[in-house]
Amino acid sequence: MSKPKLVSIIGEQEYYYPGHAACQGCGASIGLRHLLKAIGPNSILAVPAGCTSIIAGRANLSTFGIPFIHTAFASASAVASGIVEALDRLGKKDVNVVVWAGDGGTYDIGFASLSGAAERGHNILYVLDDNEAYMNTGIQRSGATPRGAWTTTTIKGKKEGKKDIIDIMLAHNIPYLATASVAYPLDFHRKVKKALSIKGFKFIHLMAPCPPGWRFDMNLTVEVARKAVLSGVWILMEIENGRLKLNPPSNTMLEKRRLPVEEYIKMQGRFRYLKGELLEEFKRDVEMNWERVKKILAEQSR
Amino acid sequence: MSKVLYPISKPGPGAVGKTSTWRWQKPVIDLNKCTKCGLCWLYCPEPAFDIDAEGYPVVKYDWCKGCGICYEECPVDAIEMVSEE
Amino acid sequence: MSITSRVKKVLTGNHATAYAVMQARVDVIPAYPITPQTTIVEKLDEFIENGLLDASMIRVESEHSAMAAAIGASAAGARTYTATSSHGLLYMYENLWWAANARLPIVATFVTRAIGPPWNIWSDHQDIFTLRDTGWILFMAKNAQEAYDLTIQAFKIAENPNIRLPVGVGYDGFYTSHTSEPVEMLSQDEVDSFLPDKRAIKPLLDPEHPYTIGNLPDASFNFLIRKNMWSSMESSLDYIRKVGYEYYLLTGRNYGDLVDKYRTDDAETIFVSIGAMANEGIVAVDKLRARGVKVGHMALRLLRPFPTAEVLDVLDGADRVIVFSRALSMGKGGVLFTELADLAYRYHLDIDVYDVVVGLSGVEVVDNDFIKIFRDVSEGVFDNKETIFLLGGKYV
Repeated sequence: MSKPKLVSIIGEQEYYYPGHAACQGCGASIGLRHLLKAIGPNSILAVPAGCTSIIAGRANLSTFGIPFIHTAFASASAVASGIVEALDRLGKKDVNVVVWAGDGGTYDIGFASLSGAAERGHNILYVLDDNEAYMNTGIQRSGATPRGAWTTTTIKGKKEGKKDIIDIMLAHNIPYLATASVAYPLDFHRKVKKALSIKGFKFIHLMAPCPPGWRFDMNLTVEVARKAVLSGVWILMEIENGRLKLNPPSNTMLEKRRLPVEEYIKMQGRFRYLKGELLEEFKRDVEMNWERVKKILAEQSR
Repeated sequence: MSKVLYPISKPGPGAVGKTSTWRWQKPVIDLNKCTKCGLCWLYCPEPAFDIDAEGYPVVKYDWCKGCGICYEECPVDAIEMVSEE
Repeated sequence: MSITSRVKKVLTGNHATAYAVMQARVDVIPAYPITPQTTIVEKLDEFIENGLLDASMIRVESEHSAMAAAIGASAAGARTYTATSSHGLLYMYENLWWAANARLPIVATFVTRAIGPPWNIWSDHQDIFTLRDTGWILFMAKNAQEAYDLTIQAFKIAENPNIRLPVGVGYDGFYTSHTSEPVEMLSQDEVDSFLPDKRAIKPLLDPEHPYTIGNLPDASFNFLIRKNMWSSMESSLDYIRKVGYEYYLLTGRNYGDLVDKYRTDDAETIFVSIGAMANEGIVAVDKLRARGVKVGHMALRLLRPFPTAEVLDVLDGADRVIVFSRALSMGKGGVLFTELADLAYRYHLDIDVYDVVVGLSGVEVVDNDFIKIFRDVSEGVFDNKETIFLLGGKYV
């Protein structure tokens, strides 16, 4: 018995096969691999257009070792709703139905179907793979692109902030929401397992850095994701039945024990225009997120 | 036997072929330094690591794309990226 | 109440359809309201609430999602149904292609309605003709009885493992959807034995067989997938005939002939139309026959696959075909005309094909329209190079 402890926690079995088409150092690929390990083979995955449409590989081979359906860009949540109802009719009640969708397929074009499925309370785990732009089509801005970030359609940096998808999903009164990061796979693994144990619509927002889109070296994906958390730009938390809880290491960062935001942004070429007033606004965005979290935690403890 | 040709695919490694051809550098593990923590295995996006019977990581060079995340994440600097150019 | 024996009821086209869907024991119905389709899914909802139908209704937030949910449900192996009209059909358009390419045996009703602007809820056929090239098998019923009959048959055709294509049944908004007429319904036992076991639908999403649906193929594999759809369409004709004759034996209503012929045997002039206006064409034929004119009417009940053999058989011996289209291909002509015109070339028919556009945007089409056109064509007012527009008895 000399396997690393990590292996014993998340298992050795892989359902995500190598020889796939993800870019070198792809953050989403780390996420997909761990998502599949956590959901296991008795699951069905619905995936809209995006990087994963390519990652899945060339017919008639597939990267995915579990049933997988490519859907129209706007449709993943609705397709998943149909699958849930069909499985129910067919008496296959223990199959996990999971959506894996990019930020474009979530914040923008897929938003109506996401909101509909959440409102209907369909028993779906929705994992938002957020790389903060339309990467598969060549780095165009989305509703998830942060303020100041360069994309091919915001060539001087995006002027608007990132849409607050967690607040929006929270307003749907769903039983479980969480954020996660590819730098913290064990946390992500636990959250997926937790979500699957809850009936209803669950939402996990996974930050997955993209080396070509964010302009950093491909070996730094995990480090960039980690810096996002350690600088407080990305907060690891979960909200179960409306109750918010911070997760390590974000739970130690309430009293501002965070790395300067610059430590995160200086690693990435996409933030080359994030200076001056725009940078100050970016920092205010980060502070505002923390203030909101603090306020919720204070209300909860009253 | 149905005559219908479905747009379906079966799972397996190499859905875009041997991705070793994408690589210009490869990770080489110094087992004398390795502490068998498993972080290289954990963070590999392919995944291109096996864990052998003794708990050591083994790179599957057919699939490794040479990104260097394992090199970056190894806490004891047991992984070196060796140029293949 | 479940229908224990064969019964005749006065029903609208929409309610006749809802009964057929109930008797087909569908599993999943993703639905979104749009006039004039809505009363179908309202009725189905009522059947479910009253325990007459054991199915899941997914009240989706758009038609795009209605077809998407249908795709998910059908891919997982459930018998799946939805319905829409006009803008709803256009909004789900992308997923209608998706359903066909993925070979999902979804059945849908398309209650035809004009497309805006301006807003217009009345019937024409522009909406259903946008499905022409998708890979959906398409029927067009002329009354509520046909809507019922074709809906029952649709499930059997779609689910045949050698066909596996979605099937749409169209009929005219309001003229058929909201007009009540006597409809004979089969008993539940008869429907149960007519239809295949719904659990024989092969699921494409099944943890026992972890397939991926829709991975990028190389171009030639994609070409072959499309060619295979074509072959399935072609070969489905035989099966649609077989199902139609089987239904004929059961009910005395003949669907095996694929086209709906009326006094065409010795006809020199043949009117061609689809949907509700076919009823007017038939009346016109009787009136003209009473004057000793040799005319007949053919309703193209099956639009896709195109029943070439049957149409050629009807046209054999005729020297003139007048095609009435309730849909217009801008810059080309009546849509139904183009469907017929190529036959004259491909099969070297010595026949004149006339192109008449009528009834756009719900404008009423009456028997006298057919008679007027017949008279003016006979008198050489038009030749067959023109597209003729007839609105309320006047040329425009």
